[in-house]
Amino acid sequence: MPTLRLTGRGLWITALIVPPLVFMATFVAWPILSALAYAFFDWQGLQRGGFVGLENFYEVLFTEPFATWTRNAFIHNVIVFLVLMVIQNGFGFLLAYALWRELPGARFHRIAVFLPVVLSTVIVGYLWKLFFHPLFGAVNKTLDAVGLDWLSQPWLGQSSTALGALIFVNAWHWVGFPTLIFLAGMQRIPSDILDAARMETESEWVKITQIVWPLVAPSATVVFILLFIGSFNWFELPYIMQGLDGSPFGSTDVLGLYFYRTAFGNQSAGVMDFGRGSALAVITFLFIAVVAAFWTIRLRRREIQL
Amino acid sequence: MNRTIVRTGAALGAMLVALPVMAQDISFWSWRQEDREQYEAIIADFEAEHPDINVTFEAFEAANYNTILSTALSGGTGPDVMMVRAHGAFETVAAGGYLMPLSEETVPGLTALPEPALAAETLRSDGTIYAVPFASQTMLVIYNKALFDQFGIEEPQTWDEMLAAAQTLEDNGVFGFANGTATAWQNETIVSALGSSIIGQDFYQDLMAGDTDFTDPRFVEALSAVQEASQYFPDGFIGLDYASAQQLFASGLAGMFAGGSFEIANFRSQNPEIELGVFASPVAEEGDEHLVGLYFDGGYAGNAATEHPEAVQTFLSYLASTEFGQQFANTLGNVSPIPGVTFEDPLLQEVAELNESSIPYIMLVHFRYQEPSGSVLLQGAVQQMLTGEITPEEAAKQVTEGIATYYEPFQD
Repeated sequence: MPTLRLTGRGLWITALIVPPLVFMATFVAWPILSALAYAFFDWQGLQRGGFVGLENFYEVLFTEPFATWTRNAFIHNVIVFLVLMVIQNGFGFLLAYALWRELPGARFHRIAVFLPVVLSTVIVGYLWKLFFHPLFGAVNKTLDAVGLDWLSQPWLGQSSTALGALIFVNAWHWVGFPTLIFLAGMQRIPSDILDAARMETESEWVKITQIVWPLVAPSATVVFILLFIGSFNWFELPYIMQGLDGSPFGSTDVLGLYFYRTAFGNQSAGVMDFGRGSALAVITFLFIAVVAAFWTIRLRRREIQL
Repeated sequence: MNRTIVRTGAALGAMLVALPVMAQDISFWSWRQEDREQYEAIIADFEAEHPDINVTFEAFEAANYNTILSTALSGGTGPDVMMVRAHGAFETVAAGGYLMPLSEETVPGLTALPEPALAAETLRSDGTIYAVPFASQTMLVIYNKALFDQFGIEEPQTWDEMLAAAQTLEDNGVFGFANGTATAWQNETIVSALGSSIIGQDFYQDLMAGDTDFTDPRFVEALSAVQEASQYFPDGFIGLDYASAQQLFASGLAGMFAGGSFEIANFRSQNPEIELGVFASPVAEEGDEHLVGLYFDGGYAGNAATEHPEAVQTFLSYLASTEFGQQFANTLGNVSPIPGVTFEDPLLQEVAELNESSIPYIMLVHFRYQEPSGSVLLQGAVQQMLTGEITPEEAAKQVTEGIATYYEPFQD
């Protein structure tokens, strides 16, 4: 009786699929959808008021002072993404190449480079906050010691250096991650291709640009997309090092901090606004989802199947 | 075997039903995790007087307390009695209608409390008091007595004397002030601690009457004064965070700290040897009135939906009594607003006396009800002013324009 057996199989499949579906629906889909719904209502603290349509979105995007804050935070996210793309992913690629070519000390450096990735962001944040301390910090002490005392400054207190300092710390913390992914990609390149290339040229540059880079494209896709998502969700490090306000005077403010302040309030603003907060969360989410989706498709196209 | 289980179950069930009759259990939420021991002692005293009431103390992390409390209240799982904030942060909780309205009938002793204290726990929309205020905080200058004695410095009265004192301290190799401005809210504190006397009663009255805004020369002068004093802050103070500033002062590397009276307990716990003195913000001209900045920290509120309203009212009345105020002052080191409380600690006694001539900590008390809050604006503007990017006039203008987006008296 094949039909009955199929039913048994169908039952099995249903029994196995329903629990995770319910789980995803309750803990993933439902919160996202309810945040979306929150954004269309007026809020007084945690009290939901009437339906206001797109007003919250309009406020955070087009009315002052919110529009300036949103723009300011967004620009900082873009800067973070672009700079990290160069220093974190770019340097990660070079490190991976050096490790792959087994330069002297490669085994040691493979561990050393990856070590900070294992540390929690809280620890890294506090550690570097101490390093950047204007009076006793290792950074200024070192500069003084090597005679570069004109360079020592309150790194985290100036609008000109604060964001840069945070980006540097993030790169220090995470550079091991793209390195690892790129290294894994390089190790998958078949040796016959490399041998063939070696017959043609001695130039490392040609090998990197013509052989290695195109062949690690799948790794690059992963690393780029993850960095993009990470940069626009950036929260822990600026929060730990500069506080909820994006101190000094908003120069390290990013969308994550701005969302948190708006929705939950902070010590200096008794106001909690779930409506505007949710609107910000929805905008950020849509932006990340749309850009990441399109970019993934584009990046996938240029990958080469071995 | 089966019967035993049934019997035990029945007995347990009966106990559960009978328990509320025997004693009324009420829960009490707080954000003061560090004060657990003292609160439990206070609760033990209360329970000794009221054997029929059991109070359970629960403390949560301070930074997220408001969120935790609001979520619990709106979900119907809130505590019976709770600490709530004051002023703007109080309104976000009180406006939801979750709190029990209080009056002299339900909480005897309530109306004996000073008017500004009660105002801090009154919902502006219905004029009802929802919490028993518990502590005031004073913005003033705290100094290291040992360093002052060592270098022969007298407690300064005027602005010039204070700058001279700071200069003497610097000449002797310690920082004049320990303050840093990397932590945003410190900027607001510093303005009130140093500038209240220059800001003055008159400006405050005019501001409240809607006759002036923050671009008023009296307020700008206070900002300029803060900028002038910042030359005696530590090197690189714009990158110095709050915790580091506290450590600098507590370890005796700086002579003065412009901050809140809440620092006193902190400095003493970091350095039990430290001898502290306090003075109100110095005056520009001799003869002007010395003022401190004052705000209220929070209050004790009851849950409107509690199952034991009488027990809650009894406990709240206790929290409004002089007996409690006395313990609160002496074991927790806070300045209680309850009349008739005397302080064992001479320093707190002095703070309480300074409180008699005060102006409010303006932004927290009056401009934290809407976005952008006056506090956030002032903090950012002062931070920027102290890096030298803008002048005091520009800072004052930024603050005024930000508040003017929703505050009518500033709009013309």
